[in-house]
Amino acid sequence: MPVDWSPLWLSLRYAALATLFSLVMGLPLAWLLTARQFPGRELLDAVASLPLMLPPAVLAYYLLSALGRWPLVFHWHAAVVVSTIYTLPLLMRMSRSGLAAVDHSFENAARGLGAAEWRVFWRITLRLAWRALVAAILASFARSFVDFGITTIVAGGATDVAQIAVLLLPIAAAALAALYIGNRLRRGQVLA
Amino acid sequence: MIQVRLAASALEVEFQSASGITALFGPAGAGKTLILDSIAGFVTPQSGRIILDDEILFDAASRVNLPPRRRHCGYVSRQWALFPHMSLHDNLLFPLAGLRRLERHRRVKEMLERFALQEAAGRRPHAVSPAERLRATVARAIIGEPKLMLVDEPAGGLDMALRAELCNALRTVRDETELPVLLATRDVDTCFELAGNLLLLDRGRILQSGAPRKVQDQPASVEAARLLGIPNLFPAEILALDPGRNTSRMRLESFELTGPYFPGRLRGDRVWLCVDASELRVSPHDGSKPQANQVPARLERVSDLPQTVRLEFAGAIVAEIPRQEFARQKDNKEWLVEFPPEALRVVARDAAEDL
Repeated sequence: MPVDWSPLWLSLRYAALATLFSLVMGLPLAWLLTARQFPGRELLDAVASLPLMLPPAVLAYYLLSALGRWPLVFHWHAAVVVSTIYTLPLLMRMSRSGLAAVDHSFENAARGLGAAEWRVFWRITLRLAWRALVAAILASFARSFVDFGITTIVAGGATDVAQIAVLLLPIAAAALAALYIGNRLRRGQVLA
Repeated sequence: MIQVRLAASALEVEFQSASGITALFGPAGAGKTLILDSIAGFVTPQSGRIILDDEILFDAASRVNLPPRRRHCGYVSRQWALFPHMSLHDNLLFPLAGLRRLERHRRVKEMLERFALQEAAGRRPHAVSPAERLRATVARAIIGEPKLMLVDEPAGGLDMALRAELCNALRTVRDETELPVLLATRDVDTCFELAGNLLLLDRGRILQSGAPRKVQDQPASVEAARLLGIPNLFPAEILALDPGRNTSRMRLESFELTGPYFPGRLRGDRVWLCVDASELRVSPHDGSKPQANQVPARLERVSDLPQTVRLEFAGAIVAEIPRQEFARQKDNKEWLVEFPPEALRVVARDAAEDL
């Protein structure tokens, strides 16, 4: 029986894209919430974390209404946007705990040695928190990939149970691997 | 030249310091780290002003508060904080961003030589010895040619070898650069070894300042004497003063002593008498009448110190004598403690302390 692998490749591409977008928004947000004190900080934190609490269907409904694409039509742009919003809080929260775990004495030492804030972040904070950040990216990717995988398989109209099982297996395996490597990274068992 | 005036809930200090090493000496919680952090810009005091050379680093009244990177202070914090992901060489390069390549290499090379780090330069901090880490931290703090160096001794103190290493490194800084250094320490020996000036701190206040020897010889208050580790502090009353013969007479709780003339004191003044443990002399008491300034005392405890033996007598009298001296006298049944007149110092006693 020939297996149609295209849903898998599609999911891989979209998940990578969604993770990239989450990273671009989530990492600065994580830094802002970790390193800066400003009014409305708690509110921003709550808003950014809200998608964790909302069921995906509700989120998709609001989003698609906002984009004026109701009734529901599957389009990969919208899917990537939904997935990004959905992945963002996970990535942000995991990166945040990673950034917060960096010993401030290193950052202060860098400031005292004349480094501007962006240099402190780039040369010190980021380098010392990289394990946690990679773990956050992997977890976000795994989540996005599973989401897409299941959706594309179902939306792709696969009806053959055997075919679905064959497609689901690598998705689960990839997610498991991502989480496992992420955990090991965070415990520092993989050397730099 | 640094001028500091600070006030926060737990801190109120004002001092100036020019070239050389100034020691901030005091127990844990005295505010040493808070002062250094305020100068470096990591903590914002409620009020006050910090001026380094001609530049205002902080002024609460005019709302000037320069960020740490523009304060030009080389800070050796208590964590040392060498960047763990960079080699020692790259740690030294870090403060030199913005300089020309040739100049950067010249300075790094010079520092590696000065602090004997050539061999360790390529290794990361966790792969070098603590002594090398310490020297690299000092080198990194001064390589950017700051206007002031701040050094905070680690909270748990340093072991003997590392203390000697720190003293050597700071001596190098003192002797080879014009850089003023503020050194926060809990170790009185370090102050004596390095500092030209000592600020005695307790609970956020400066109790006394001056050359370490002068402060030790003439504590301004009984708290200062306690902080400096002078164990013999006795309440006393001045009975007589004779400037002509340079003598005085004092009454302590259970005996009287003859001391030198104390300028500025009056007959009847209530004072604290301080005597360094190492200046008391002991001898066997054979029952004959004690000579002047000798007091019979009962020995309560003997403790071995590295160089000396500490004898604690009844009445809170503590003497430290050389080991050989103790070996000669250890079979004494009864003891006489002698208070040499030239070793006696007095410190004012508040009325409140009489209670």
